[in-house]
Amino acid sequence: MEQKIYTAASSAELDRTFLALADPTRRAILARLAAGEASVLELAAPFDMSQPAVSKHIKVLERAGLVSRTRDAQRRPCRLEGDALAHATGWIERYRAIWAKNFSRLDDLLAETVRSK
Amino acid sequence: MTRVFAAPRRAVFAAFTNPEFVKRWLLGPDGWSMPICDIDLRPGGTLRYRWRNDAAGHEFGLVGTYREIVPPERIVHAERFDDPAMANGEAIVTTTFDELDGATTVTMVVSYESKRLRDDALASGMERGVAASFDRLAALL
Repeated sequence: MEQKIYTAASSAELDRTFLALADPTRRAILARLAAGEASVLELAAPFDMSQPAVSKHIKVLERAGLVSRTRDAQRRPCRLEGDALAHATGWIERYRAIWAKNFSRLDDLLAETVRSK
Repeated sequence: MTRVFAAPRRAVFAAFTNPEFVKRWLLGPDGWSMPICDIDLRPGGTLRYRWRNDAAGHEFGLVGTYREIVPPERIVHAERFDDPAMANGEAIVTTTFDELDGATTVTMVVSYESKRLRDDALASGMERGVAASFDRLAALL
């Protein structure tokens, strides 16, 4: 249980990332952006919702650092940012590894107690 | 988070609730020990866990309160880190023990209730009413 994975700063980032991921529309937007940059208009096309509604989803993704938007170009395309996602999957993997270790020790302990009966 | 153990659930329940057992497995990565493991197993009773990195010497702890105890089936408790720098709100942990053919399936559901998350959700102007919790985050793990 590495102490550093629980720092308040990283915890706030993870909160934003997991909150952003906890929505099917936003996950669909990320999946689309994994195939390459896209404008808000292009991202809104497959959804049965208004462009402002899609823009709000994109803002949540931007705040979580999962998506960035180019400042200069006219159409301001959205782009997937891998770092926040890597941070989140890293956290999940460390969490998984800690519990895998715990449970493997518990297997041994239970084998001992069952044998001794 | 779900895991099957090759033991009857009374044994598994004991391994989760008897401090002498818990100290032997709830240790995280290698190199950590558990100098404090206090379990007052009754509704309203407290739990206090403290881990120590034996090489580096640093420690951290978890404190909590039991909400519901149904031996050997189910435990509900709230927990939080005891260091404010690590605080990420209170987590509600529901642990269930199901036995089938002598093997026990343990399911742990961790839900975080964070005010900051709720504020973020409301500030985004949508998903009103979403209690921003990470219900079943552990189920993804």
